[in-house]
Amino acid sequence: MSATRTKAVLEVRHLTTGFKTDRGVVTAVDDVSFDLYPGETLGVVGESGCGKTVTSKSIMRLLPEHLTIYGPASEVRFEGENLAFASEERMRRVRGDKVAMIFQEPMTSLNPVFTVGWQLDEALRYHTDLDARGRRQRAIEMLRLVEIPEPERRVDEYPHQLSGGMRQRVMIAMALCCEPDVLIADEPTTALDVTIQAQILQLMANLKERLSTAIMLITHDLGVVAQVCDRVLVMYAGRVIESGTVAEIFHAPRHPYTRALLDSIPKSGARAHKKRLPTIPGIVPSLFELPAGCRFQDRCAYKERRCVDAEPGLEGALGGRQVRCHFPLDGGAA
Amino acid sequence: MSADALLEVRDLVMHFPVRGGVLNRVQRRVHAVNGVSFDVRRGEVLGVVGESGCGKSTLGKCLIRLLSPTAGSIRYEGTDLAALGHGDLMPFRKKMQMVFQDPYSSLNPRMTVREAVREVALFHGVVSRDAADAYVSELIQKVGLRADAADKFPHEFSGGQRQRIGIARALACKPDLLVADEPVSALDVSIQAQVLNLLMDLKDELGLTVVFVSHDLKVIEHFCDRVLVMYLGNVVEELDCERLHADARHPYTRALLGANPINDPADRRPLTVLEGDVPSPFTLPPGCAFAGRCPVVEPRCRAQRPPLELKTCGHAVACLLEPGA
Ligand SMILES: Nc1ncnc2c1ncn2[C@@H]1O[C@H](COP(=O)(O)OP(=O)(O)O)[C@@H](O)[C@H]1O
Ligand SMILES: Nc1ncnc2c1ncn2[C@@H]1O[C@H](COP(=O)(O)OP(=O)(O)O)[C@@H](O)[C@H]1O
Ligand SMILES: [Mg+2]
Ligand SMILES: [Mg+2]
Repeated sequence: MSATRTKAVLEVRHLTTGFKTDRGVVTAVDDVSFDLYPGETLGVVGESGCGKTVTSKSIMRLLPEHLTIYGPASEVRFEGENLAFASEERMRRVRGDKVAMIFQEPMTSLNPVFTVGWQLDEALRYHTDLDARGRRQRAIEMLRLVEIPEPERRVDEYPHQLSGGMRQRVMIAMALCCEPDVLIADEPTTALDVTIQAQILQLMANLKERLSTAIMLITHDLGVVAQVCDRVLVMYAGRVIESGTVAEIFHAPRHPYTRALLDSIPKSGARAHKKRLPTIPGIVPSLFELPAGCRFQDRCAYKERRCVDAEPGLEGALGGRQVRCHFPLDGGAA
Repeated sequence: MSADALLEVRDLVMHFPVRGGVLNRVQRRVHAVNGVSFDVRRGEVLGVVGESGCGKSTLGKCLIRLLSPTAGSIRYEGTDLAALGHGDLMPFRKKMQMVFQDPYSSLNPRMTVREAVREVALFHGVVSRDAADAYVSELIQKVGLRADAADKFPHEFSGGQRQRIGIARALACKPDLLVADEPVSALDVSIQAQVLNLLMDLKDELGLTVVFVSHDLKVIEHFCDRVLVMYLGNVVEELDCERLHADARHPYTRALLGANPINDPADRRPLTVLEGDVPSPFTLPPGCAFAGRCPVVEPRCRAQRPPLELKTCGHAVACLLEPGA
């Protein structure tokens, strides 16, 4: 592991996020706890709907407040301060200063009616004491850093004038403007070509290298996780179901879900060519119809009576190897 | 003409005119497909891979004549589809169907699955009105949906199930050729595996020929027999998928392979990062389209467009730096 275990910059404890809906309250994220250390990349994986985005938006407190209910035990500690119930004013200060976020769809965080330069300037005005000329200089530097061609010209353009890959890089430039301690990247490369993805992953790696930024990388691309993450959190139906180092998760998965997810990726090489892929039958259960026992039971090849009767607890120490399963696999090679 | 070719595509060009100004004149053209030639062999799965905007979807739509190509020929069992008008195309329409990335957008939200599938079968006359219900039920089961799915509406299904509906609809007229355009790109890996297995089974059972478009090399490599690698409307390499990693020679193909993250934390390597941007599709550079980003470019590459040349049996490369067969 590359992270030196100094002190966690972000400590999440018992994070529980519910939504009011017209069919009652649903719990999208259920008792999620983890630590994030300076200079490490934590991967968060799981199928769509497992609660990855809700987790990251809960940390940033970017969910619609009138529809969202945080469990009373929820803690989101940045450098010791619990932000789970902090005021909106305090959160505005934290976002983009201590913590920055990159989303899959850059247009949700770029304002279409302002130029790229204006938006970078706003972040810089808030977080630095540079004068107007200095800020413009810095904005252009940041665009150059994220490899936007002709940054002197692009700085005066509007988001719609840029390609998707460029917008994503502008959003990263915005996130980097404030040299955050924590970067939360939610599917930052999902809609992009692998060639652009490689560029963006490299930028994130540089940031981690240069500033020891802690990165929480949400993705459903397990190849990306294998290549860039130090530790991994696997989520299923709002729960953490497994955690460990990237080597442990890939080489010795203990939860049947993790194992099945890894198996379903197409492999290269003649042995796998044109062979049927192992699949996970069915889909993630609806939050309205969660079973009483293990949430993965209906899709699990190892289901037993106990799995129906009681939900397994998350065994193992926080930050180490954890698994939520009554009958964990022995962790042999996948 | 090779005996086993279902489709022979020669010098296919597709340019989209872009109109504008007060007179609404054609101001410039998008060079989406720029003279590609290849065969689709009967019973094979032919992959088409490349970055977004390189012309994969346009090529797919030309093959089944959803678009009228600007130039070139597409011979289907000897008949040039590119030369046919609307009426003459009709008998060929039911032989060739397309599956899209987002089946939702191609499904009528007010039609049940049964109605949507039956419509296609009846339109192409593959089944009588009386036999239609039984036919549709069989097809729905064949694509792995439960029988009670037939009377539901598209919004009641998950992404993977909708893709199954899209496949059932495409197969309803018993086509020979299926063009699948990013059919699993929007799905989670677990669901992607289900849909890929389904396509593989149906292909074997029905003897389909498949053109499979994807930007995901892992999926292409797993699922296809051969692959065409496209860059800015050109095919830059054509080879067997089984030999993709070992034999790929075009610098662009190698870059794509190198940018693709490997699923093994014990095998970490710096991902290949290409400098520069894809040239504008409005004005093509005179030489090799990849020259501006190519790590091994030479001056002559910027002057001369490299032809796609056969290097060894079944392996063609369009690169001046690659020695001939
Ligand atoms: N505003 C909301 N109201 C009700 N349910 C929501 C809301 N936002 C998200 N959800 C639900 O929360 C669950 C987790 O969603 P999300 O975190 O976006 O999943 P992921 O990012 O892992 O794909 C999903 O079932 C989703 O439908
Ligand atoms: N109907 C159209 N009119 C104008 N340009 C188009 C049209 N369809 C596609 N294009 C352009 O043609 C090029 C190839 O697009 P496409 O075939 O969709 O690529 P891909 O499927 O590889 O992403 C792109 O530059 C795209 O913008
Ligand atoms: Mg999400
Ligand atoms: Mg396309």
